[in-house]
Amino acid sequence: MMEIGIEHYLTVAAMLFTLGVFGIFLNKKNVIVILLSVELILLSVEFNLVAFSSYMGDLVGQVFTMLILTVAAAEGSIGLAILVVYFRNRGTIAVEDINLMKG
Amino acid sequence: MVAAIMFYILATVLVGSAVMVVFSKNPVHSVLFLILAFFNAAGLFVLLGAEFVAMILVIVYVGAVAVMFLFVVMMLDINFTELRKGVQDYLPIGLLIGFILLVEMAVIAGGWSLTDGIATTITTPTPIASEVHNTEAIGRILYTDNMFLFQLGGLILLVAMIGAIVLTHRQRPGVKKQNIGDQVRRRRDDAYEAVNVKPGQGI
Repeated sequence: MMEIGIEHYLTVAAMLFTLGVFGIFLNKKNVIVILLSVELILLSVEFNLVAFSSYMGDLVGQVFTMLILTVAAAEGSIGLAILVVYFRNRGTIAVEDINLMKG
Repeated sequence: MVAAIMFYILATVLVGSAVMVVFSKNPVHSVLFLILAFFNAAGLFVLLGAEFVAMILVIVYVGAVAVMFLFVVMMLDINFTELRKGVQDYLPIGLLIGFILLVEMAVIAGGWSLTDGIATTITTPTPIASEVHNTEAIGRILYTDNMFLFQLGGLILLVAMIGAIVLTHRQRPGVKKQNIGDQVRRRRDDAYEAVNVKPGQGI
């Protein structure tokens, strides 16, 4: 219990991942909280990479972590830009109204 | 001992704030709890010995991504109570999916072990922490062995920046802008006219 192994970190990462997926389902209407949940999921992935990198003694995992961080930042900015444009056009951000492309 | 206590404190606050991100009614509170979660994740990274990634996490996520989310949430005039309406309907399916995910991950964790020869496959072993600190060690492999990953990261950021600007840029009609060419090209005859007014008649 007092010896912190890789399993402890993997458990925390698994909980974060599950909470992220759960958040997407729970806040189906609110795009902002969906984006926040995606950030949580990406954080759990980074957690796994850093935990394995630390316990295996392989430094390349932390380099991959920084790449994922970059992708997460890019994803967040593009997602928010789409959100702002959508709000300008429709005056709402409800996900279920996003069906303009539907035939 | 101290590390274990720190781990449990940080992990508890991390998971608790992640729960609050998902469940809080106001998205502004969600973003603030996300910031708390990132701080605690950075603390756990420090415990793991990845100081550089921890600091990058604080700078990039808290300093850039979370502030960007805060700006957008506060900028858009959205009726958030309207968006909360369906939460009760989605709670059972969300719980079901979350439970299935947890069970699957528990199954994987139960039957998981490292291969025997795994230690020989390590490509870039971590240097001893007392000799080379984490930042320098990452710098040594980031700019040499992983140069293409580094440039790929820069490319991704460039594409994201151009995409965000192109998406949100708009040309508003009726905005008065200075046109230096027009100003320089303007001659005296364009601007003023001499009228010979006869007395008592006006123009």
